[in-house]
Amino acid sequence: MPDATGLELVAQRVRSAVSEDAVVDTLHAYGGATLEVKPDAVHDVLAHLRDDDDEPYEFLSTLHGCDYLPEEPRLGVHYGLLSMQRRERLAVKTRLGTDSPVLRSVVDLYPTASFQEREVYDFFGVQFEGHPDLRRILMPEDYVGYPQRRDFPMGGEPVLFTFNEHELPRWYD
Amino acid sequence: MTDNPGERTRSALKVPYREREESVTASEMAGLDPPAAATDYEFEPEAELLTINIGPHHPATHGVLRLLCTLEGETVLDLEPIIGYVHTGIEKSCEDQEYWKAITFVERMDYLAYYFNSYVYCSAVETLLDEEVPPRAQYLRVIHMELNRIASHLFWLGTAALDIGAMSMLWWALRERDGFLDLFEMSGGQRLHTRYFQVGGVAEDIPPGFEEKARKIIAGMPARIDQYEALLDRNEIWLQRMKHTGVVSREEMLALGVTGPLLRASGEPWDLRKAMPYCGYEQFDFNVPVGTVGDNYDRYRVRLEEMRESLKIAEQALDGLPEGPYITTNRKVALPPRHELATSMEALIHHFKLVTEGFRVPPGEVYKAVESPRGELGCFVLADGSAKPSRVHMRDPSFVNLQSLKRMGEGSLIADFIASVAMLDPILGGVDR
Repeated sequence: MPDATGLELVAQRVRSAVSEDAVVDTLHAYGGATLEVKPDAVHDVLAHLRDDDDEPYEFLSTLHGCDYLPEEPRLGVHYGLLSMQRRERLAVKTRLGTDSPVLRSVVDLYPTASFQEREVYDFFGVQFEGHPDLRRILMPEDYVGYPQRRDFPMGGEPVLFTFNEHELPRWYD
Repeated sequence: MTDNPGERTRSALKVPYREREESVTASEMAGLDPPAAATDYEFEPEAELLTINIGPHHPATHGVLRLLCTLEGETVLDLEPIIGYVHTGIEKSCEDQEYWKAITFVERMDYLAYYFNSYVYCSAVETLLDEEVPPRAQYLRVIHMELNRIASHLFWLGTAALDIGAMSMLWWALRERDGFLDLFEMSGGQRLHTRYFQVGGVAEDIPPGFEEKARKIIAGMPARIDQYEALLDRNEIWLQRMKHTGVVSREEMLALGVTGPLLRASGEPWDLRKAMPYCGYEQFDFNVPVGTVGDNYDRYRVRLEEMRESLKIAEQALDGLPEGPYITTNRKVALPPRHELATSMEALIHHFKLVTEGFRVPPGEVYKAVESPRGELGCFVLADGSAKPSRVHMRDPSFVNLQSLKRMGEGSLIADFIASVAMLDPILGGVDR
């Protein structure tokens, strides 16, 4: 892991390579380093960290979303980068509102992001521009709503049986 | 060409399958002229594509995995895994449980590697709490995780060999796996989903007789693994179906985010136990088996060697098992011992508070990763200061590794592709969560 100073240096290099306001915040906690970036700069930052940085991160180990309710902006998307050469991890995260969350897809940089971006879209409703096949992945394709958001109720969904299938709305839609 | 019939058969097998298929027609075999209508019908077998659906209920898909394959003859041109059939919303359910109750949920994701699931979740919560784990608990965790890795690989070996048609392997492998499950039953009371790991340590100390039995099983296992090798490695069918099938290069594996035995079989010596040691793995002496070709045979060899290395680690951990408490003495996190409840008021209060409300975790977020039998198993926990996690996300290796299936299958025969599914070892409970 980059230490607190190393993280500031990474942030400095990203600022000079991508844009001055790309990095919103740096956070060093629990032995891990996190770089918070603006949503529209995510693709450029990851492209820089993968190819051009002095300390490159060639492996995307994880990509996941979370909901920071009641904070604003609510949604967060985390990219867990890994350098197998230096044995270092760096988390890049970005925060989005729930109105029209759009991010640029990183599938062209890291093909592994394909399934994981679909999962974030499925559960949090984040649109990934440029994803080759952005569909729901774990929920049914005709499902309405984004179940991992914190304001989505727990349970309460009727279970479909033969005796009650005609009583349930949307069943024949 | 010799007159030896066995030699003739072997050399005939070296002709690519499609050529042999085209060289025989029904009319030639019956000594008849082809029917007249067939001459003016232009049949182009190369242009005919067939889309078939394998699964979700198919024994070769190891669960409820659905594969949409486009075939040309027997060659797979395109395939798409369709998942979500056993999605049960475990991550969402965890948000409604206290931290210590969520352990039960996360164990049920990758149902063959339950100790790893609970370990990675507990270690994430321990990091957020800044809770120290006693050395004895760490050793006990290592012992159980390594035994679990062998049990998981044994189950993989049995079912993978079953897919190839080596049916007897299933009974051999499951017989040995039963011994490991007996050990888990001794320490945790359950054979599967033991919920043995707690935040701050393990639920109970190992009972008398556990160490003796574990040593007996560990001492007997290398001979068993030799037997598996003797059964499979000298089997012509096994070798022909494993060697040079499903080859994926190291670079492609890295781009697809594949970790674990699949990546190591392609030649990248990446093992989190060595690279970023956790839970005291730096104290143990073991090797990381690596393949060279990246085909199905290498994947099989790497897993078999991993079982041997895991035996070494478990034995070293049993040898060096330190004395001391098996769970943290912090009463705000761990339940007090049963005998204290009768005499100590504080113990009763702590017990009541923990069971009714659970413990609160200060706000923060953390990502922890361990080497599960299938690769990097990561856990992201977001705490908001209450007694329930705000978000638990599992980066399951099966889910990410499944993306490499398309690369393994494209251009191969459908039978080789089924072998690749078996060697990929996806656990659909972990894929769908």
